[in-house]
Formats: sequence, C-alpha cells, structure tokens
Amino acid sequence: MNNFEARGWIQVNPEDDFNFYWANVQNIRNIFSIESGYRLSDDQFINHFPNHMELTRKDLMVKNIKRYRKDLEKEGSPLAEKDENGRFVHLDFIPQTFMLPSDYNLFVEEFRKNPNTTWIMKPCGKARGIGIFLVNKLSQLKKWSRDGKTNVFTPPTAKETYVISKYIDNPLLIGGKKFDLRLYVLVTSFKPLKCYMYKLGFCRFCTVKYNANVNELDNMFVHLTNVSIQKQGEDYNSIHGGKWTVQNLRLFLEGTRGKEIADKLFDEINWLTVHSLKAVSGCISNDRHCFECYGYDIIIDDNLKPWLIEVNASPSLTATTSSDRIMKYKLISDVINIVIPPGELPDVRWSRIPAKENLGSFDILYDEELAQADILTQEIKSRVGQATGTRGARDSKRTTSTWK
Amino acid sequence: MNDDCFMYGNDHQVQVLQAMKTMELYADLMETAQKEVNKSNFKLTDLQTSIELMFNDKGRNGTLKNAIYKYICIHAAKHSEVPIDHLKDPISYVFKAQQSWEKKIMKSLNSMCTELNVPLARQRTEKEQKEFSQMWTALGADGPDFSQIRPVYAPKDFLEVVTSLNNVNYRSANNNGFNLWGIIQIPLKNRTMDELRIQFNEMSINQWQSGMDDEQDIFQEIFHDDRIKLGQKVIASKLAPLACEFTKKGSSISLRGDLWCQMLGIKIDDVDVLYYEKLKSNVLQHELLIDNLLYKDVKLTATNDDHYFVFEDFLYQVLLPFSRDTVVLRNLLENSTATPARSFIRGKVGMEHFEVYYPPSGVIPFHGFAMYVSPLCYLYKEPIKLYYVFRELYMCYFFRLHVLSTDPQGILSLSQLFETLLQTHEAELFYHLKSVNCQPLKIAFKWLMRAFSGFLASDQVLILWDRILAFNSLEILSVLAVAIFTFRKTNLMKVQTYSAAEGVLADLTTLQVLPLIQLSLFCK
Repeated sequence: MNNFEARGWIQVNPEDDFNFYWANVQNIRNIFSIESGYRLSDDQFINHFPNHMELTRKDLMVKNIKRYRKDLEKEGSPLAEKDENGRFVHLDFIPQTFMLPSDYNLFVEEFRKNPNTTWIMKPCGKARGIGIFLVNKLSQLKKWSRDGKTNVFTPPTAKETYVISKYIDNPLLIGGKKFDLRLYVLVTSFKPLKCYMYKLGFCRFCTVKYNANVNELDNMFVHLTNVSIQKQGEDYNSIHGGKWTVQNLRLFLEGTRGKEIADKLFDEINWLTVHSLKAVSGCISNDRHCFECYGYDIIIDDNLKPWLIEVNASPSLTATTSSDRIMKYKLISDVINIVIPPGELPDVRWSRIPAKENLGSFDILYDEELAQADILTQEIKSRVGQATGTRGARDSKRTTSTWK
Repeated sequence: MNDDCFMYGNDHQVQVLQAMKTMELYADLMETAQKEVNKSNFKLTDLQTSIELMFNDKGRNGTLKNAIYKYICIHAAKHSEVPIDHLKDPISYVFKAQQSWEKKIMKSLNSMCTELNVPLARQRTEKEQKEFSQMWTALGADGPDFSQIRPVYAPKDFLEVVTSLNNVNYRSANNNGFNLWGIIQIPLKNRTMDELRIQFNEMSINQWQSGMDDEQDIFQEIFHDDRIKLGQKVIASKLAPLACEFTKKGSSISLRGDLWCQMLGIKIDDVDVLYYEKLKSNVLQHELLIDNLLYKDVKLTATNDDHYFVFEDFLYQVLLPFSRDTVVLRNLLENSTATPARSFIRGKVGMEHFEVYYPPSGVIPFHGFAMYVSPLCYLYKEPIKLYYVFRELYMCYFFRLHVLSTDPQGILSLSQLFETLLQTHEAELFYHLKSVNCQPLKIAFKWLMRAFSGFLASDQVLILWDRILAFNSLEILSVLAVAIFTFRKTNLMKVQTYSAAEGVLADLTTLQVLPLIQLSLFCK
C-alpha cells in the first residue's frame, strides 16, 4: 500500500472504477469469469492473467512443459535434442513428474525400475508447503492405487489431485543446509513474450542440516524450505529469516568455484525461465490489461544444475525481516514502473517497451518483440550500444547460439 | 655457498639469512643442492651458476623469493642487539598500559569462572569426546547454555582504555595537548594525506579498479576479461610480490581465493593437514572456557548477520582449533606487545613449572572476534584452508587491531590517523560533531577494530581486504572511515545528539568502498 500512496494514487472502493487493481486470485476468477460480463477498459490494469493457472498449478505446468517439449521434438527443433537415455539435453529442467491418480500406473512402472529412489508428493491446489510428504515405498501410496483401479470416470477436483516428482536428494548444500531460490519474474505480455527477471531474488535456507537418511524423510524441517514451515522450527532466526540474497550466493559460488561455473548456473536459470514461459505462452490468454509477477522456485543440485520446482502466481508479499520488507517494497515499485511508465496515465495500448531507467532492479530476460526486431537490425543496435537493445540481442543470441 | 653470496654483510641481510636458516625451506634447498652436486657430471667451477640454474628450473627460486619477501614484510628491521623487553615497545607507558589491560581481562575471565563455577580448562570424558566429534560439523545446532556467559570485552571497552592513554611526561604549550579536538592523546607520527596518496597510488581515480569498474558494460567487460587473464598468469607464476602488485588494483571474485593464498604464502601440504587434525583432537580432549566465549560470540554476531549466518558451523571449526594453536602464541611473543596471560594447573598455583599459557594461542577473544573469519567463508569451502588463511591473516594483520602498541599499523596509530585526517580535511564537520558531544572516533572505532567486517556488505569487505593484503598496510581502514564521514557529511551536520549521529552512520551496507576511498584520497 505504501507504494501506491507514494505515487499519489487514490484508493477506490470495490464498486468504483479503477485504473490499477492488485487483486488476489479469487477476485481474478470473478472478474474474468464469463458470467460477470465485466469488461476492462483501456485504462485499467490488473495484476493477473485470466488463466494463469496454466503455469502456476503444479499439474498444469508439468503438462504444458511436457507438451511443449513434444511439440518441439515433432518440429525437429534442435532444442528438443535427446541423449542416449531419452532425456532432453537442453530442456531437462523439471524433475520427472507424474499426475496422480491419472498416471498412477505409469508411475508404478517407473518406480519399479528404480526402487530405491525417493519421490515427493505435492497436492495440486495448495501452497506454502501444506500437505507435502515424501515417499519411498509403494505402500505409502495405497490410497491412490485403489482409485486408479476403478473404472468410473470421475475427473478429479483440484483438491484431490497430486503430483509426484522425483525428489532431488542431492541438493547443493551450503554450510550443510539445503536451500532453494525464489526469483521474481515479471511478465507484461505473452504474445510477444516480454519477461523481466528481478535481480534481488533470495535463497531460503532450512534451519536444520540436510540429512538424506531414510529415517529423516518425515522431518519437514530438513527437506522443505518454505518460510512458513521453517518459521516454526526452534532455530528459526527472525533477524535474517534464513534468507540470503542471490548476490551473496553468486559471490560465494564465484569465489569458491570460479566464474565460469557461476555464470553457467545463472545462464541456465534464465534459460529455463524463458522456456517455461514460452511453453505456456500459447495457452494463456494474452489479455492486454494484464501483467503478472510470478515467484519461481528453483532448486540447485550438487552438480550445479537448476531444477524448476514450481511457479507461484501470488508470491508472498509479506515480509519476515526488515531487509525483506525493503526488497519487496522495491519489487512492487519496480513492477509498477515497468507496467505503467511513471508520469503517464495508464493505457493498455502502449508499446510495453520500458525505458532503461524504469527497469529498476529488473533485467530484461527476454523480449520477443525486441529480439525479432534485433535480428533484422542487429548491427545497428549493437553499434549504438543501447542497453535494452543489446541485452535483448544478447538474450536472443544466447538462444540462437545453441541452435546448431 | 650462501655465505659467499652475502659477502658484504649488511646487518639486515645477515638477519634475514639467520632467519632463513631456521626455516624448513633452507634444509630443502640444501638437500636439493647437495643432490645436484653429487651428480657425476658436475664441475666445481660452475658451482654457483649451475645451482642457480637448477633452482630456477625447479621453481625453487620462486619459493625462496616468496619466503624472503614475506619475512621482510612482517619484520621491521630490528637491531639484533636490543634486549627483548625493549623490543616489545619503545614507549614504556604504552607497554605498561597494555600489561594492565591484559591483567584486567584475565581478572574478568577468572571472575566469570568462579561465578559460573566453570573451570578455565577441563578434560572431556570419553563419552563427551565421542559426542563432540560426531557433532563437529554441526556445532551450531546444539551448544551448551550460554545465557550466563558474557563477552570479556567489546570494542567500546577497549576504546576507553585507548583514550585514557596519556603520556605523563609530555606537556605541550597548548593545554589541550597536541591533538586539538580528538580523544587520542598520544603523539604518534602518522602519514599525511599526501604520503597516503603516494602509498595508495594504484588506487587513484584515473586507474580502473576491479570490484568497481567491471560492470556489465561492453568496454568494461574487456577490462574485466583482461584482468582475469592477467590474474591467471600471476597465479601461475607463484610469486608473492607479483600477486601483491596485481591485487593493488583489486582482484576479481573468482581469482581472489588463490591470490590471497599466494600473498600470504599459504600452501597446504600433508604436514599442515596433520597439524590441523592435531589441533582438532586437542579440542576434543579438552574443553576451555574460551570455547564458550567463542560460541557466544558467534551466536551474537555471525548467526544474526544476513550475510554470514549460513557459515556458522565453519566458524566453529576454525575458531576452536585456533585457540589451541601455539604457532599463534609464538608469533605474538615475537611480534606484538601483548604478553599472553598465564595460568596455573589446578592445585599447583605459584609453581613455575606448572605455569601454562592460557589459552594456548594467547588470544582471548572479544565481542566480534568471529567476524574476522566470516568474510573468508566466501572464498574457501574447506575448513582446513579456511583455517590457515585466517591464521595467517590474524598473525600478519588482525592482531594489531586489539593490542596497545606504537606500531604504525596498530589500532592506536590507526585511530590517531583517522582523527588527524578528519580534523585536517573536514574541520567543519569535526567541530560540529564535537560541539554536540559526539567524538567521531567513538563511532569509527568499532569499524577499525573489526576491519569493517559485519558493517559493510560482504563483497565490499572482501574488496577492502584485498587492498590490505596488497599494500601490506591497515591504514586503508582509517582512510575509509574518513571517507564515510565525508560522504554522510550533509546529514551529519544536521545532527544534534550523539545518538542521532550514530543513527546516520548505523547502516553502511549500501556503501561502495572504492569510490569512497578514491573520492577521499584523490579528489581534493
């Protein structure tokens, strides 16, 4: 709220007209549902895409990414190259995942191939680490095996479906503790894809040392990094909240493992973000009035490979520590600056190419429009050295350079 | 053979030679030389040249150069005939003050012992030893109860001692003493701004610096890549003076760990690994009260710090063996005015035989001691290397920051330098602060004593310590402190109370070290 007031904006009631609406997920459903007949006018912005769950629900995200990969394979695109084991070389950024109950049999097949592996069960419709548990024996999944065997076709509701993914049991440990990365990605349009990565993401550490021992599978303090869970641990420290900035992570990795390795890791993270967005860009309705700031959860394993765990549509904007509060305030401020160029009235028809000053702490991750323009006028732009232009070109160069 | 080379026996050279003879390196060189001489095709006339060539081939030349360089850096030329006591510190009242301060610390430690009914040192039982060794890598999780332990002293206590130092023999014409407005009252000679400019020449504003100028711009990326290439060549050459010259302009993040090892002369071999294990077993066998102090210190400082809490367990793995390390003690006895505290084995008070140094390293930690180690965790993953780098850093530089001496790099001189520079160049500011009852040194002292660790952002601390190692001088700390005051001048001029001034200077984490130093040194 402070952000809005600082800009001299006026808060309006639910019935009145609005220019900018920072809504939660339920209200979005209401606004965009067919019954309401509500149409957003040209000077109104809203902070969610209507069907964002294509990316933010765990099962739909996995479905979309799998479909995207298959499509690329059919096209014969070099991005979809596979290695001897049948795994994608460039697009292998989600751990192996199955939907339950629908893919139960497929899962059992896979599990029987590698019986000593651990898998993690996550309910589709929930957040904050609620309802998650680890399994390493088929018997723990009895409940779904029964359902899978019935012949009655009942489409499972969001509350009953689970995804089960291969658990990454070799996470990168720093100071002996497991952590994950929370990165914020702002998308102002899906077609053409325009996305921005926030430089000030953070790492969430567990308070307890990581232990891959079978007996510790039930100890959520060791395995889940959600702040809402770690907060309840005895060693939780509210001064730093178990949060480390991404810059410190980068400093540590560069200092102890070298620059190339650190650069490669962050490049791969950018790569997987862009492709995850591209995967859903086809099915998310590209409403001009919308923008969205996603929270990407990524885990790094000890081979320094990043894995996309999930994408959140309403990343927590409450702050647990003072530096957290400052960071989130800046985040919202920069988001607004990019969506509505400061000093102008909101107008959904604008070109959506923000000036460099307005980017704040965001980096342009991928701007399809600029990239395509750049391919045509590449030389001129790089000679002039325009920051937005060169960065867009560099990103597209990075994607094109892996095209063989 | 070596005696021939040093024919014109300069006092200093003789000294260096004598020191060399005690080092392992000498035995190693002799052995290699003798092996060479025993080869059948060896001619006596070519003795000198062929041995030199051979050394060069095997890279021994470099190691010899490094060793000599290191020795010269650490030891100021001392007269070999001066008795030990005088060597400690030429000015007697400073020395006396240091001794009485040490007595005070020891007394406080002893009283804590009796209060809590905990012995200064105690042998662990077998069971405890086993438990402890299992927990070695996770000491942060379950420690004993420290609520009753208080740090022995904090920077502000030390500051009081520092400012009360007064030369009773000195009376100046001006009643305020020679130091017009500041609180340090000892006449120590310091460098002027001009001399500092010359000393820190490589940091001048017209030279590009790593750590500041290597951002993501096309031209600056070229600078960055060049520095990396040059840095890798420097590391490959294995020469310490080269590394120092290179690092004067800063080191890039990925090369920093190696460069520091080169500058400090650290190469871990099996003997070192064994020594660390020995120290670790000492920790397992005996528990010292100092351990609890260290635990408490880590919990108070590093665990609460945004940047370093992740490394908590490493800190224990470094600090606990450190306090058992007698190499540190030896270094203290030779190079510092400190007289480490001594204690007696229980039941045998007063008997000379049973007097031991306590703690074995001679260092009693103060509040914030753990922060000397924390920034290093960003550079070294393995505890052993981390340990040796920290020990070397401590023995070369950090010990001067909490001992009273007239050493030109000691905390006294640094404080003095800070006050003089601030008075000379920011007289208005200094006067205003003094008039609202706020002595700048009171705020800056803790920065100096901890070498800014924990006050600046983690990458900035590393950039700063780059320069300390490269220029072999702690004076940069005072320069930075002055620069910070200058930077926040407009706000400081408005304050009316001491706490308001503290508030203005409370948060330094957004500051960038290099532009500030350059502004201060080179832009006036």
